[in-house]
Amino acid sequence: MKAMRDVWGDTLVALGRANPNVLVMDADLANSTKADKFAKACPERFLQMGIAEQNLIGAAVGLASVGYIPWLSTFAIFFTHRAVDPIRMLVAQTHANVKLGAAYAGVLTGLTGKTHQDVEDLAIMRAMPGMTIIAPIDSTECEAAMRWATEYEGPVYLRLARDVCPDVFDPGYEFKLGKTYLLKEGKDVLLVSTGPQSQRCLEAANLLDQQEVSAGVLHVPSIKPLDREELIKACEPFKTIVTVEEHNVHGGLGGLVCEVLSGQSPKTVIRLGVQDRWGESAPNEYLLNLFELSPAPLCARVKAIVHPAT
Amino acid sequence: MKSDNNELEGLARQGRWLAISTVAKSGAGHVGGPFSAMDILIALFFRALRIDPQNPKWATRDRFILSKGHSSIGLYVAMALRGYFPIEELKTFDKGNSRLQGHPDITKLPGLDASTGSLGQGLSVGLGMALGSRLRGEKFHTFVMIGDGELQEGMIWEALHIAPRYKLGNLTAILDWNGLQQFGWVLAINEEHRGDRKDPWSGIDLRGIFERLGWRCLEIDGHDFSQILPALQSAKASGDSDQPTMVIAHTIKGKGVSFTEGKHEWHSKVATKEELNIIAEELGIQEGLR
Repeated sequence: MKAMRDVWGDTLVALGRANPNVLVMDADLANSTKADKFAKACPERFLQMGIAEQNLIGAAVGLASVGYIPWLSTFAIFFTHRAVDPIRMLVAQTHANVKLGAAYAGVLTGLTGKTHQDVEDLAIMRAMPGMTIIAPIDSTECEAAMRWATEYEGPVYLRLARDVCPDVFDPGYEFKLGKTYLLKEGKDVLLVSTGPQSQRCLEAANLLDQQEVSAGVLHVPSIKPLDREELIKACEPFKTIVTVEEHNVHGGLGGLVCEVLSGQSPKTVIRLGVQDRWGESAPNEYLLNLFELSPAPLCARVKAIVHPAT
Repeated sequence: MKSDNNELEGLARQGRWLAISTVAKSGAGHVGGPFSAMDILIALFFRALRIDPQNPKWATRDRFILSKGHSSIGLYVAMALRGYFPIEELKTFDKGNSRLQGHPDITKLPGLDASTGSLGQGLSVGLGMALGSRLRGEKFHTFVMIGDGELQEGMIWEALHIAPRYKLGNLTAILDWNGLQQFGWVLAINEEHRGDRKDPWSGIDLRGIFERLGWRCLEIDGHDFSQILPALQSAKASGDSDQPTMVIAHTIKGKGVSFTEGKHEWHSKVATKEELNIIAEELGIQEGLR
């Protein structure tokens, strides 16, 4: 299994070889994000833009205006915080054909701590009209989403993980924007998640099976746009929905699910994830336990939600 | 040359009139910035830019970005005079359902090359266009007008640093250095000044800074066509060179009308009916055209 950043780098190379309009623009993190693979394979279309993320966005918009398809490489945090103004005005408001490869999103950022952990990106990007936001679960979905995004004419924010994300989808998987994927059926509760957290939810649901709690798992890779009817239908059989995300519980996937359900199909939604606090520097396992995102603590939390008395 | 400049000067006077009267009709808008930029805008749209108003999406046209997007009315006036749309349409400025938004919007008005408004962003887009032109092997030139107030934004300095690195001789920035911004800093007693507030860059060797960053600098009076036209021509002529050009245009905010010149309050102010009459007189606008 490859780390998601290696999948991103390798897919950039494949896209670049197939399409002469594909460019990669980097804000001096290519050897972290693995955009350096593209720099090696297609050096004439790799543009080092320095540690200057706002200019990176503006320059990409200029290049997109003459027909290039720029894929941008930096950490999620620098897109959604440092460069949010040019992303809003130059990219989202003009529907520019710019692809944001948001590396190291969420809390698993390779021992960098709260300064580099972006747990607000979904909330910020989701509030922008016209933005497309995709959070792939594994290598297969990451590659498929990148291929789709390169064909699509408009801005895309691709939420990427740094490390290995266990495979969930078969190689025959086809990415379809807006679609949700039921990874596991259940009777007692439905876990709704996005990105690699969906796979951890799947593991938690398997643990729950052993404790006689039947949990379904719904993966939502398209944070925006989302097939709302499909989400409502998937949630319909359940009294309680539990959203789980590697993101603050405010404004991200949990917020999205509440917004959709409250209008058309109100029910109890419990939002799990980063509980409105900052993170810290630590290994992945420590952080996933800290935020109760790894299978064991998640299993315990969900069990307590389904059977509060026990 | 003299008669050529007379024609441009007439257009600039007409442009100033259209700008201030349009703002007066819409009840809001900017005046000082459009007035300081007007002569350069006229020179660009009537002489320097290789453009076709009938074919605004022409792939190899020269590009122009007004990074100081709040001076939009100045740009719209220059475009209307050049034939991109009827002068009548200026009446829709800032009204609902208009192509002429408060800040330039490429999704509304053909002929604009970038959406601007949040300051400091246009030069980066121009940098991308110039880079794209080079990668494509095209010859078009990209001009970006920035303001001296806007130059306080950090993002501009990112672009100022990167453009010479890519040797973009096909990129020209024009600094509309009018020395005033919306509110700014009050003047100290006996301080040298061009307006009623402190020049944000007074005492700073901007030219030296730009040159050390790798820009070729041309310094001009931004209201004198005999200096503007050669500077813009020189910038275009060096399109194949490995240095971007910075045209440092010394200008006067509110230029062209006695009581708007050098007054920071005219950054955005609506002229009264009485003031409009005086302005029309000063600009030599005939009765029927007012």
